[in-house]
Amino acid sequence: MKTYTDAEIADETLIRMASRIRAHVVTMSSRARAPHVASALSCVDILVALYFKVAQIYPADPQRLDRDRIILSKGHACAALYACLSERGYFSIRNLELFAQEGTAFALHPSRKLDYGIEATTGSLGHGLGIGTGMALASQIDGHESKVFVVLSDGECNEGSVWEAAMWAPSKRLFNLVAVVDYNKLQAIGRCSEVTGIDPLPAKWEAFGWDVVEVDGHDLVALVRSLTTTHSTKPRAVIAHTTKGKGVSFMENDIEWHYRPPSEEDLDRALLELGVVL
Amino acid sequence: MRDAFFRTLVELASEDERVIFITGDLGFKLVNEFATRFPTRFFNAGVAEANMVSVAAGLALSGKIPFVYSIVPFITARCVEQIRNDLCNMGAPVIVVGVGGGYSYGENGPTHHGIDDIALMRAIPEMTVVCPCDPVEAADAMRALVAYGKPAYLRLGRAGERSLPRCNGYFELGRPSLVRTGEDIAIVASGAITSEALNAADKLNETGIDVAVWSLHTVKPIESSVSIIAQARYRLVIAVEEHGPCGGMTEALSARMHEVSSGTRVARITAPDTFTHPVGSQGTLRKTAHLDADGIAERVLTLVGGKN
Repeated sequence: MKTYTDAEIADETLIRMASRIRAHVVTMSSRARAPHVASALSCVDILVALYFKVAQIYPADPQRLDRDRIILSKGHACAALYACLSERGYFSIRNLELFAQEGTAFALHPSRKLDYGIEATTGSLGHGLGIGTGMALASQIDGHESKVFVVLSDGECNEGSVWEAAMWAPSKRLFNLVAVVDYNKLQAIGRCSEVTGIDPLPAKWEAFGWDVVEVDGHDLVALVRSLTTTHSTKPRAVIAHTTKGKGVSFMENDIEWHYRPPSEEDLDRALLELGVVL
Repeated sequence: MRDAFFRTLVELASEDERVIFITGDLGFKLVNEFATRFPTRFFNAGVAEANMVSVAAGLALSGKIPFVYSIVPFITARCVEQIRNDLCNMGAPVIVVGVGGGYSYGENGPTHHGIDDIALMRAIPEMTVVCPCDPVEAADAMRALVAYGKPAYLRLGRAGERSLPRCNGYFELGRPSLVRTGEDIAIVASGAITSEALNAADKLNETGIDVAVWSLHTVKPIESSVSIIAQARYRLVIAVEEHGPCGGMTEALSARMHEVSSGTRVARITAPDTFTHPVGSQGTLRKTAHLDADGIAERVLTLVGGKN
């Protein structure tokens, strides 16, 4: 896997792309009156690092057998996924206008469609890590060098099935599997630490046998580093400390924006802050 | 039937390197031959059935053909949502194998009884449900499902079921096996209980009542099977299943038969809609539910109004 210098990672293109994706996310959510805008903003930098720097993927040959796989297990952050896939060239950016529109392929949660680069149907939490584990296993059986990246939410870690997968994958030495937890500390209607005993989250993954790396989930350099290096035997868990609603000041760390769709006025303010003209 | 499953699994794996077997920590010694011959394609998922199904989905979406294996309630009710979303919704060709249909695990108690699995699996869109009646049909079904390329549920018995006769030749999904010929009256059964149905038919024959017996192995989709049985224009069809009355084959058959053949009367013999609390073997529990040969024969006699 290619290694990058800090300057190469933090080039303006990547940073600008993260802002563009955020602008898409707020625009799509506003137009569709869609929930989960803050969840999507939270994982934008993780997805940008994966789709635009780390993952070996081929939009012109989306079913190539030795491609890396990216699974957005926190499917409710789908606006960010569609925005990345369109900017990466899987489909026209104009299709983002179809988000959550009747008769289109773009539901509020993603459905597997390899032509569009969507590897797994998600939306019910706690499924992606197991599916990714199977894909990583298949890759090893077939002797491919492909990696599988699974992006989970912190609230998702309430699901027992996450820990079934977390306990099994290290026993198969799936060093080609990477779980990224978007750890913004807020779930749908409460603080994660108050809803369940989620802390200490990194220690939990470590105890389950994962090679744990903690990063600032909005630092593209740190993210790319954590996603490109691998342990020789263990799967990697990247605990990405993030801010829910990141990039739009009035959405940051405000639980209201888990469900609240942005109004046109909200959208104008957000785009101004992001400094992006789409 | 369970032995036939493992024997056929080894054959399929030696013919097709896409075949993978994952067990939910069950099959002590039974899995040994497969595990020894195909160590890179054998996995123990541990006692974690939900993850086992998701992992199998990931394997299937990468071109493999996984069989996942556990006791009926653990591989169905325990992980319905993984089967629904990860297999059926994505069309991942995983063969979900439940061992111990009906009261196979009698003395283990109601946690282990498979009396609602067909209903759960039938209800999932784009699922296929197959309940073979004997070791031969189990092997045939496995081969057919590997070639089929869609998610499916395969329900097996575990009691050393005998092989039953065949009166209509080859196996095909959606084409029921005629186990015994007869006119006017037919018993249509699914799964291992078919052998009790055949014994019942033999008893009835002694009293001068001629009864056909079908193994309706492909419970979903059921349409073609019901059409084939309807074409025989039986006066009375008795549907028999080692499963509760809700959502199983007998309910599906009854509903479909009503749509395609109004002249055929359908009666149903099922397990009761209860958990069975006093301990009982499969034989005892079948007898209590009138699902044994005597119970089925008595019911048929009642339905035809005495000994003709």
